[in-house]
Amino acid sequence: MSQQSIKNSHLEYIQRLADNSLILGQRISEWCGHAPVLEEDIALTNTALDYIGQARLLLSHVGELEGKGRDEDQLAYLRNEPAFRNLTICELPNHDFARTILRNFLFSGFQLLIWEALQNSSDTQLASIAEKSIKETRYHFNHSGEWVVRLGDGTDVSHAKAQEALNYLWPYTNEFFASTDVDVEVSNAKIGPAWSDLKSKWLSLVKPVIDQACLIPPSDTPFASYGKFGRHSEHLGHILAEMQYLQRCYPGATW
Amino acid sequence: MTLLLDQAWKVLEAVPDPEIPVITITDLGIVRDLIQDGETFRVVVTPTYSGCPATEFIEASIKSALLDAGAKSVTLDIQLSPAWTTDWLKPEAREKLKHYGIAPPSCVSQVSTKKEQVIQFRPRQKDVIECPRCNSKNNERLSEFGATACKALYRCLDCREPFEYFKPI
Repeated sequence: MSQQSIKNSHLEYIQRLADNSLILGQRISEWCGHAPVLEEDIALTNTALDYIGQARLLLSHVGELEGKGRDEDQLAYLRNEPAFRNLTICELPNHDFARTILRNFLFSGFQLLIWEALQNSSDTQLASIAEKSIKETRYHFNHSGEWVVRLGDGTDVSHAKAQEALNYLWPYTNEFFASTDVDVEVSNAKIGPAWSDLKSKWLSLVKPVIDQACLIPPSDTPFASYGKFGRHSEHLGHILAEMQYLQRCYPGATW
Repeated sequence: MTLLLDQAWKVLEAVPDPEIPVITITDLGIVRDLIQDGETFRVVVTPTYSGCPATEFIEASIKSALLDAGAKSVTLDIQLSPAWTTDWLKPEAREKLKHYGIAPPSCVSQVSTKKEQVIQFRPRQKDVIECPRCNSKNNERLSEFGATACKALYRCLDCREPFEYFKPI
């Protein structure tokens, strides 16, 4: 394995982490001013802010490692869809409160395991970002987990909506664990865990809460999504159109 | 006149947090180090939350406070590890928060060690929190997230006043 190949995998791996946080943060921020109650409006926008903060740290790190002089803003605002490496689940529309919450729950549980493992990364800057981020993600996981139980074990309507959300989102979690050459190289170089190795841990983290919420995950399917490979759903373009609008209209604008 | 190191520390001890102005940045424990090299100062700062909008404002305040006090140049280093924890709040800061109407955070040291285990989902975790107005421990959480990244919303069940809780992290 060449050094160049390891470096590319290293960059790709952090790019994935950064884009997950960036795109999900941007998505959740759409709730600002629209959540069902004020407290949840504040909670969701705080969560979005944490994600954007994580994305900034990670994108800056990508820029430094890459050494091409790109900073966090250039990486966020001047790439097109195929250059984004986020999981497809992060770009899906919010749809309703139940789907937003279920996604936050499934994803933050996964992110919790990644941050936990990354604290031992041979990339010390990445380890520091993980050490910082895990504290925030723990709040995201608890917050969404409590809502999963309240919705799932709530009224007939809230239960039905939560179950529908779980049915819709569950197949997209296959992508979390799809094995890739990047994961193999990164894990051999002790930079980070291969995501495919996290499945049983993730299940034992989320399944008890899903059970407690009286929800049933749909049976496994071979459904596959490919966001982390740069092949996205039709939704990403729309997010970027909004997020990158200012830089596209006024290239190089700063404030 | 040359700014001395202990004078520079005093300057930093007077820089307020922009969102909770009753406490200063040294009360918060985010200034990790101050290094002097002649008339140049290097300040090592750790951010509270990675997305905290106050971070850049604080950095600018630190620079201008030291420059105003006579430093020739100031550089800032952002240090992420060890990650900031509310356990670094000074005891005086906890008192100031309480007088300001914000319940100070409970201790997190048991979960803030590095190489920690992922904590499991814990519904309705019970921190013992005192109402900053009537000191009652009988209160309920309204939301895990508040007006700023670092606070949660609570309500006292005795005096019925809502209050903010500086959440442990």
